[in-house]
Amino acid sequence: MLSEAISLPKPPRRRHLAQRLAQGLLRAIDRAQTAESLAAGDGLLQGLDPRIKLSGALALIVSAVLTPSLGVVAGLFALALLLAWCSRLLTAGVCQRLWLSVLLFSGTVALPALVVVPGRALWQLPLLGWTVSEPGLRSAALLIARAETSSTLALLLIASTPWTHVLKAMRCVGAPRVLVAILGMTHRYIFVLAQCAAQLFEARRSRIVAPMNGAQQRALATAAAGVVLSKAFWLANEVHLAMISRGYRGEVRLLDDFHTRARDWLALLAALSVPLLILWAER
Amino acid sequence: MHIPDGYLSPATCAAAYAITVPFWVVAFKRVERLLHTRMVPLLAVFSAFSFVIMMFNLPLPGGTTGHAVGVAVAAIVLGPSAAMVAISIALLIQAVFFGDGGITTYAANCFNMAVAGSLVAYWSYVLIAGKCALDSPRRVVAAAIAGYLALNVAALLTAIEFGVQPLFFHDAAGMPLYAPYPLSIALPAMMIGHLAIAGVAELVISGGLVAYLQRANPELLAGSMPSVTSARAAVVNSTRRLWCWLAGLMLLSPLGLIAAGTAWGEWGGWGADDFAGAQIRQQMLQASGGVAPPATVPSGLERLASVWRAPIPDYAPAFLHDLYVGYIVSAVMGAGLIVLLLLLIGKWVGRQSAEF
Repeated sequence: MLSEAISLPKPPRRRHLAQRLAQGLLRAIDRAQTAESLAAGDGLLQGLDPRIKLSGALALIVSAVLTPSLGVVAGLFALALLLAWCSRLLTAGVCQRLWLSVLLFSGTVALPALVVVPGRALWQLPLLGWTVSEPGLRSAALLIARAETSSTLALLLIASTPWTHVLKAMRCVGAPRVLVAILGMTHRYIFVLAQCAAQLFEARRSRIVAPMNGAQQRALATAAAGVVLSKAFWLANEVHLAMISRGYRGEVRLLDDFHTRARDWLALLAALSVPLLILWAER
Repeated sequence: MHIPDGYLSPATCAAAYAITVPFWVVAFKRVERLLHTRMVPLLAVFSAFSFVIMMFNLPLPGGTTGHAVGVAVAAIVLGPSAAMVAISIALLIQAVFFGDGGITTYAANCFNMAVAGSLVAYWSYVLIAGKCALDSPRRVVAAAIAGYLALNVAALLTAIEFGVQPLFFHDAAGMPLYAPYPLSIALPAMMIGHLAIAGVAELVISGGLVAYLQRANPELLAGSMPSVTSARAAVVNSTRRLWCWLAGLMLLSPLGLIAAGTAWGEWGGWGADDFAGAQIRQQMLQASGGVAPPATVPSGLERLASVWRAPIPDYAPAFLHDLYVGYIVSAVMGAGLIVLLLLLIGKWVGRQSAEF
């Protein structure tokens, strides 16, 4: 009723840069938290030893990259779907979001291959008159299928395993101790800095009364990046002092307390047999 | 620019790991030696910064947006070794945790952005900025150019990796098994976007960040970080070592005289005489797979051959009668001319940025 009485100016359709950046950062934090909560849930993959999951995921991703057969890649994708369903990841919607973004990227890259790759003509595109070739179609399909399958397999690992367990598993398969420690801290401070940047943009947005032009927007983004950089160094010094005060003298120690059961070994055997079968078939 | 899984063949991925691992090992050891207990928190937080900076979508002239990688800023503030490690860690988290970039292609992505990007950014910044004051606009220009070059070199490497796939990896029917475009398509497709959009984003963020640091936190540019001071010392040492290598190579240059035959296409250079000489015709025949050269000199070649006569033909200065000494003197003169040219370019860039 109020809006009928007083003609309020329409809100701008396009969101402000500061708002867009703040929302983008908060969305990324939110998605990461969702993944963490999924990893703590019940399901087939959540119950497996993280070392087995890491080795198995790597074996299956290598298989998807190794095989020249579209049928085998499709089979691996079906297996990834089955595992996602058994681990209750399909219903959570994380897979769908990933598929869409991978499809958009890979589709953009792969689509021109339909007409660029020479070979037997399948049909002509109406209006444009371009010829879609059979090798082009197969090549584009293989590229998209491989990218979708590999990214789904990587997502299965991350969405079913807490990040700290992934890192411990990396340590168990030979990653240097110091690298694992840095990765753990990086993951933690990504969210600290992203939160800080989001708050910075939010604070700035609340103080803007007029639309900003392109140069002002660029100045805003670079100044924000500069503030985050200065905070990063300040944070590194603080963390270093805290580590020193707790007895850190350059030696990193991690707890590795995983236990492998019979079903873990079975899962690993099944995962490792796939690339071996592909290599044998390709012989 | 983050190559996903499935775009590169397993052989290319393995080669990328083989090339990148030595860089990681050397960079890691160098950083560990320089920073000791500071290494873990500094690299962790700076990797997190690189990651967050990749989420900043920057509005660019023309209405598009692009995000920076932050490779130039990392290389300028931390030095190339620490930047290599920090960007590699950010890329690993992106690949594993956020699905941006593949796991099998991780080493290729690191080589393009972390290794080549850091080295190009650092050296171009050092070369252009020189010893100018911390608050000099020349540093802003140097950082902006360093960012632009680093990102475009990374894009160029990515395009080459894509472009060689159909050449080497296809099935019996000729169908590409991985990235399907040859270099003729991959190079312009990658480079146009990066030269026009993504490179500009890196240019803006690198130059803008250095301009911001000049006002707000200039000690970060002064090299107060242990990594930076040590890296600067390492630069001086490595430059000295490079000069020694160059001197050694100059002394060894007469080894080129031992090689038999002539380079393909470089049989003479004086036109008609070469085509008439039996010995040179025989060399051309052997080097060209048995295809005999034409009996007479092509008219265009004859016309253009006399346009320019080199002051020191065949690396043998006329005032020296000893062939080997002449070779060494030619090497010294050639290297000197290149250094002189680079110094002039540096001076010119310096003057331009001071006016800016």
